[in-house]
Amino acid sequence: MSNELFFKSAAELGELLDKKEISAVELIQSVIDRTKKIEPRVQAFLATNEEKVIAEAKASDERRAAGKKLSPLDGIPVATKDILADKGVQLTCASKILKNYISPYTSTAIERLRDAGAIMWGRTNLDEFAMGSSVENSAFQATHNPWDLERIPGGSSGGSSAAVAAGETIIALGSDTGGSIRQPAALCGVVGLKPTYGLVSRYGLAAFASSLDQIGPFARTVKDVASTLQIIAGHDRYDSTSFKANIPNYTESIEKNKGPWKLGVPKEYFGEGLNPEVRVFIEKAIDFYKQQGCEIVEVSLPNADLAIPAYYLTATAEASSNLARYDGIRYTHRSSDATDAIDIYSKSRAEGFGDEVKRRIILGTYVLSSGYYDAYYVRAQKVRTLIRRDFEQAFQRVDALLTPTSPTAAFKIGEKATDPLSMYLSDIYTISINLAGLPGISIPCGFTNNNLPVGLQIIGKPYAEAQLLAIADFFEKAHPHYTKNPSL
Amino acid sequence: MEYEAVIGLEVHVQLGTKTKLFTRVPYAYGAEPNTLTNSVVLGLPGALPVMNLQAIRDSIRVGLIFNCQIPEICKWDRKHYFYPDMPKNYQISQYDKPICQGGEVEIELPGSARNIMGKHRMVKLTRIHLEEDVGKLTHIGNESLVDYNRAGTPLIEIVTEPDMHNADEVFAFLKSLRMHLLYAGISDCDMEKGQMRCDANISVRPKGERKLGTKVELKNLNSISGVCNGVSFEIKRQIESLESGQRILQETRRWDAEGGITISMRSKEMAHDYRYFPDPDLMPVKISKEWRESIRAEQPELPFIKQERFFQQYDLPYSVTSVICPDKELSDYFEEAVSLYNQPKMIANFIVNELLRELSVAGTNGSLPLAESKVKPHHLASLAKLVDQSVISSQIAKEVFNEIFKTGQNPEKIVEDKDLKQNTDTSAIEKLCADAINNNPKAVAEFKSGKDNAINAIKGQVMKASQGKANPKIIDEILRKLLA
Repeated sequence: MSNELFFKSAAELGELLDKKEISAVELIQSVIDRTKKIEPRVQAFLATNEEKVIAEAKASDERRAAGKKLSPLDGIPVATKDILADKGVQLTCASKILKNYISPYTSTAIERLRDAGAIMWGRTNLDEFAMGSSVENSAFQATHNPWDLERIPGGSSGGSSAAVAAGETIIALGSDTGGSIRQPAALCGVVGLKPTYGLVSRYGLAAFASSLDQIGPFARTVKDVASTLQIIAGHDRYDSTSFKANIPNYTESIEKNKGPWKLGVPKEYFGEGLNPEVRVFIEKAIDFYKQQGCEIVEVSLPNADLAIPAYYLTATAEASSNLARYDGIRYTHRSSDATDAIDIYSKSRAEGFGDEVKRRIILGTYVLSSGYYDAYYVRAQKVRTLIRRDFEQAFQRVDALLTPTSPTAAFKIGEKATDPLSMYLSDIYTISINLAGLPGISIPCGFTNNNLPVGLQIIGKPYAEAQLLAIADFFEKAHPHYTKNPSL
Repeated sequence: MEYEAVIGLEVHVQLGTKTKLFTRVPYAYGAEPNTLTNSVVLGLPGALPVMNLQAIRDSIRVGLIFNCQIPEICKWDRKHYFYPDMPKNYQISQYDKPICQGGEVEIELPGSARNIMGKHRMVKLTRIHLEEDVGKLTHIGNESLVDYNRAGTPLIEIVTEPDMHNADEVFAFLKSLRMHLLYAGISDCDMEKGQMRCDANISVRPKGERKLGTKVELKNLNSISGVCNGVSFEIKRQIESLESGQRILQETRRWDAEGGITISMRSKEMAHDYRYFPDPDLMPVKISKEWRESIRAEQPELPFIKQERFFQQYDLPYSVTSVICPDKELSDYFEEAVSLYNQPKMIANFIVNELLRELSVAGTNGSLPLAESKVKPHHLASLAKLVDQSVISSQIAKEVFNEIFKTGQNPEKIVEDKDLKQNTDTSAIEKLCADAINNNPKAVAEFKSGKDNAINAIKGQVMKASQGKANPKIIDEILRKLLA
C-alpha cells in the first residue's frame, strides 16, 4: 500500500480496491489525514464530515466484498463545491446570507454520485455565489493555490481545484458559468470539464446565471473526469433544460478514439493580453497534435471581443433575478435591525451579500430595467447568437478548438481583488464557451518558470464530450503532468 | 354632460389541476398552512421549475372555448417584485408570448324579467396567459404570517379589452366566464376561496368621445357583487370628479366593501418596474396544430349553443333552459332521460321543480351532487311515462318522486306498493262528485252564477276525498255534467 493514495487517480485506486490491496476506509483515511495536515495552509474546504464518510467507506468495502460494486467510483472520495445542494448538509454558497442554511434535498449530480457509491467528502470553498475568478470573494476564507500558497487557486470553483491538486480529494465537483471549472483547473494543474449546457442536470445547483451554469468534474486525469461525467450526465426530469439523449460510454470512447483530428486554433485567442510564457506552452501543445498527425487549421471567431460585455449583461441580469430569493424572509440571514418588510429586504441583503455579488445584482437589475432592457439584455442575447454562429462556422471545418484556458498562470492573492475589470479578463478565453453552450475542458500542459501550472483549453462541439475527452486524453498520455505534485 | 364608462377586466382563475404548475405538489383549499410545499414551491436554492402538462392543456381548452388564437409558441417570463408571499421574489408568468391571444366571451345581459332571456353580446378578450399563484399573507397585530400552500398553483389570467360599459355587463361577463369554466370542468371559480379573482380597469369619457379617459385600476374585488358594487361606485366617483372640474389620476384603488367606497392605494409614479425577462429555467412550449385540434375535437357543446338547441329540439322555455343548460352534467342527465321517454317538458319540470329542490336541501355540506342522487335519468323517464299514460296524476307523481329520491326504487313499484294508481272508475267518482256538490252549496251557487273558477274548489274536495287518486279530467267532466 502506497502511503500517498491521495495522489493517485480514481482509476488506479479502483483497481487497488478491486484487488483488495486497499480498502475504501484506508483510502478515505489517507485523504482525511492528508487534509488534516495541509488544510490549514490550503483552506480548500468549508466543511468536512469524517465520521459520516468513514461509515460510508465501510459500506463501500462491504459492497465490494459482496461483489456488488456500484460503479468504478464506488468508494472514491469526492468533494463538492458548496453551491450544490445535499440533504442535511450546509449549502452556504460561500455567502453570509446562507451561513446557517442546511439543504433539505439533494442535487441530482450528488445523488447520482452517491448512488454510484462515491463518498461525498466535504464542501469546497468558492467565490460567493460562484461570482469571481479567485475565491477571494468567499465570505469565509481565502483558498491558497497548492503550487504557491501566496497565489489564488482560480475561481470560482477554486476550493475544488485546490483540493484535487493538493491531494485532499480524488475527485471534485464544481460549477462553471464563465470559466469557473476550467480556469481554476488550469491554475491548479488539474483536469476540469465544463460539459455542454444541458448534459448535466442543474437541479440542486444554486443558480448564478441559469442559462450559463453547468456542473462538471475535476480530477487528476482525463479518464477520471470521463468516469465521473459518465455518472452525472444524462436527462433529469427535474431540470427542464436537461438534454434528452443517450449517453455514450466515455471511458470506452477514450480508448477507441485515437484521431487524428482536425483541430482549430482561433486567432482571436492569441492576441494582446496573453502572457508570453503561457503562449509558449499552448503553442507547444498545438505543435504536439500537429506532429501526431492532426491537421491544425487557423479559424476565426470574429465576435470574440463581444463575449465579455455580452456575458456580464446576461449573467448579471439572470443573477439579479436568481438571487432575489435571498431576502431574509424565510431561510436566509435576517437583519436584527429590520423594522418592516422592506427593511428586512434591504438590511438583510446589505449585511448578507458581499461587494462583488452586490455589484452584479445592481448591474443586472439595471440591465433588466424598463427602458434599458432592449439596449442591454436583448442586445446581449443577439450577440450571444452571433458568438454561437462563430463557433458553428468554425466547427464546420474542425473537430475541436485549442486555446489557452487562462491568459496567465495563477496571480497573487490580493493582486486583482480591487480591480474587478482586470479580474473579469481572466475569464476571457472561457466565457464564450458558456455563451455558446459548448463543452470545454482544461488540461495541464506545462509549468512556468515559477513552477505554476498552465492549462490548455479544448473546446468541443455540442454534446461531443466523448471526442473532446479523447482529444484531451491523447495529450495527457504523452504529457502525464498528473505525476507531478505540489510540495506542501 | 352625459358620460360613458369604459371597463376592462383582468380575471385570475385557478386551474383545477391535481398538482402545482411547476412541481408535483398537490393543492387543496383550507389545508394546514405550509404543508403543500417542497423545494420548488419554496424557491429553495437550486430548485427548478418543470412544466405541468395538464395546465397547458387546460389553458388551451379555455382558449378554444372563447375562440382565442393559440399561437404555436408560448414562453415563460419572470415578473419581479419583492413581496413576502412570493418565495422567489419573482413570479413565473407569460409576458409577450401568452398561450392564448384574442378571443371573445358571449354574455347575456339581464332580461326585462327573470323568465325572459336578455340580449346576448360578445365581449372581446385581449389575451389569456398562464402563471403561478403566490402564497397568502395574514396580518395579526404587528405580525405577518405567510402560508405558501397556494404558491405555485396554476392561474390563468383572462384579460378583456376595454369593452364593457356598466356593472350589468361586468356582472354578465363574470357570470358567463364562470358558467363556461365550470361547464368545462376547468375550475370551480369560487371567489370566496380565491379560485376566481378580478381586477377592473375603469375610465369614463364624455359620451360620443372616442379617446379613452384616464384609467383607474380597481383591486380587492372579492365577490361578484363586490365587483359590481365597486365598479358602479368608481364610475360614479369618476363622473362626479369630472363634473366638479377635477382631473382623474392614473392610480390603483382598493374597493372597501364595508365602507362602500374606493380608496387610493398607489399612483402611477409608484408603479412597479417588473423587469420581465424570459425564464432561462423553462423552455418555450410548442403547441402543434395537431395537438390543438385534438383538444378542440374533445370540446363539449357549450352552454349557450346548447340552450339554442334545447329551444329548437325540445321546445323548452327559457325558465328551464337557463337552469339546465349551464350545467353540463345536468343537461346530459336531462337528455338521457328524454332519450328513454320522449316527454322533454315534463322531464325538465321534474328536474327543475323537484330534483334540484331536493338536492339543494339533501346535502350535508351544501347541495348534494347530482352524481350522488338516487334519482337516475331512467327513474324520471318512467315517472314521465306513468303520468303521460294517466296511470298516476301529476300530483301523485310528486309523491312518487319523493319516494324515489329517498329509496331509489323504481316508480312502477312505488305506485304498485302504495296503491297510487289513478282512479278512473266513473261511477265511484260520480258518487264523490255528487257528495261534493251537496257539501259545497256556496261554490255551486257561484259557479252557477257564471264564475267558472268556482268549480276548482269543488274539484279540490273530490280530489281530497279520493286521496288524490281520481283522474282530474274525469272529475271535471262529471262535475260539469252534474252542474249543467
